[in-house]
Amino acid sequence: MSAPDLLVVRGLVAGYGAAPVLQAIDLTVPAGTIAAVVGANGAGKTTLLRALSGMIRPAAGQVLLAGDELRGTPVEQLVRRGLAHVPEGRGVISELTVDENLRLGGLWRRDRADAGRALDEVYQLFEPLARRRRHLGHQLSGGERQMLALGRALVGRPRLLLLDEPSLGLAPRVVARTMALLRQLRDSTGLTVLLVEQNVRSALAVADQGVVMSLGRVVIAAPAVQLRDDVDLRHAYLGF
Amino acid sequence: MDRFVFLTVDGLSRGAVYAAFALALVLIWRAARVVNFAQGAMAVAAAYVAYTVSTTTGSYWLGFVVAIVAGLLLGALVDRVVMRHVDHASPLNPVIVALGLVLLIQAVLGMVYGNEFRPAEAPFSRSALTVGGVAVLSPYDLFVFATIGVVVSGLAWLFARTPVGLRMRAAAFAPEVSRLLGVNVGGMLTLGWALASGVGALAAMLVMPTELGLHPHAMDLVFVSAFTAAVVGGLDSPPGAVVGGLVVGLLLSYVSGYAGSDLTPLAVLVLLLAVLLVRPGGLFAPVAARRV
Repeated sequence: MSAPDLLVVRGLVAGYGAAPVLQAIDLTVPAGTIAAVVGANGAGKTTLLRALSGMIRPAAGQVLLAGDELRGTPVEQLVRRGLAHVPEGRGVISELTVDENLRLGGLWRRDRADAGRALDEVYQLFEPLARRRRHLGHQLSGGERQMLALGRALVGRPRLLLLDEPSLGLAPRVVARTMALLRQLRDSTGLTVLLVEQNVRSALAVADQGVVMSLGRVVIAAPAVQLRDDVDLRHAYLGF
Repeated sequence: MDRFVFLTVDGLSRGAVYAAFALALVLIWRAARVVNFAQGAMAVAAAYVAYTVSTTTGSYWLGFVVAIVAGLLLGALVDRVVMRHVDHASPLNPVIVALGLVLLIQAVLGMVYGNEFRPAEAPFSRSALTVGGVAVLSPYDLFVFATIGVVVSGLAWLFARTPVGLRMRAAAFAPEVSRLLGVNVGGMLTLGWALASGVGALAAMLVMPTELGLHPHAMDLVFVSAFTAAVVGGLDSPPGAVVGGLVVGLLLSYVSGYAGSDLTPLAVLVLLLAVLLVRPGGLFAPVAARRV
């Protein structure tokens, strides 16, 4: 793959309190590709995403987005740099309507006309949301919340999308649809995705690159196909 | 019957002020999960600034506008300089700090302006117009209703219809997610404090001419009434605060009219106690959202 690297992480150390969870993470994600971070519970996958988007402050290391250092950028400025983070549990705001949640995703944008277009596109992409514009977040099903969280991120037209456990609590059919959608977005808009998953099979099925984490370190970063086919690797780190 | 009509109108007029003051409490509660016990003292401070401006320039209206601006600024200041740095881990911490602010503000006002009552002028006549031989409404009551009507509908419009309102609500409900979506959560919080404090200052300006006058403690009882109104409405609900304010205003007017004004402070506290015992979530408590 010859695409330039959109995300480059070097020697990232981060955690909560004294003992770091992440121990010198190195990672590169080429533009227009999907990278799946997999690994056991407690490997530091969610912490990695939170450190990338500045929700926890890294102790050391570099986070470069298209060559620019992200560390030290206030969290609320990251959307303006092209980074969208859909957090664990998806972060749909229950007290706001579907429409308000989606509009919130584009409020920061100066180009109001394009923000409006992006909103329309999301409604076309997720038709169930268009039918439930006035419903409150807490009235939605799990699948609809997933669409809403993803749609809200897309309204900001991000370059890099961080997704934390998109399959969590969803029916296999919905998971498959989400993964297919990510692939479609990658192909049609050049979106770059870094997703964290417990569901290794679906994640590696959609990803270009597989990143295996264990105890706060990246132990393998390889083409997803290779991880899928290497029985020894799967047994050793992924348990299937 | 005449007396009943008079007491009802008078109660609604006072209730409108309680409603605005309760609304200010709800604004801060929703944004910061803090009951701002200093709101009364902050509003009095703004009213004193207005008093200074009005007595030096001779213009009530200039003082009126300055009071609101001073309220806005004081709210932002209290958030940035004091409340932002209070550890919110225990809900008691901001309460204690707010009570400390009350003491500080009242002491400073006492030092600067003295602890005697100063007359607060009303911009319109307070003597009631008679309709069919029944004394009903004074021009000042009309002014109070109109002003608070404008403020309440203005705030409703701001929160429901404008991008800033959407940001403020999002920041209050889900600060972390809002930051990820580019919302300046800290700024929204300061704006919330400023707005609430501005509304509080306005309420103080409206209620002062109907009280004994300007005094560092002039809003103490109003605060208790407005706090009760906010609790009746359920602290989280702006419409609840407005209805709660009117209910408390009516109750106090009837109690003072039929049973004697000595009993009004007692009546407020009985109502507060009753609501907390019977329906602690308030009459307008929203159905708890299912958290997944």
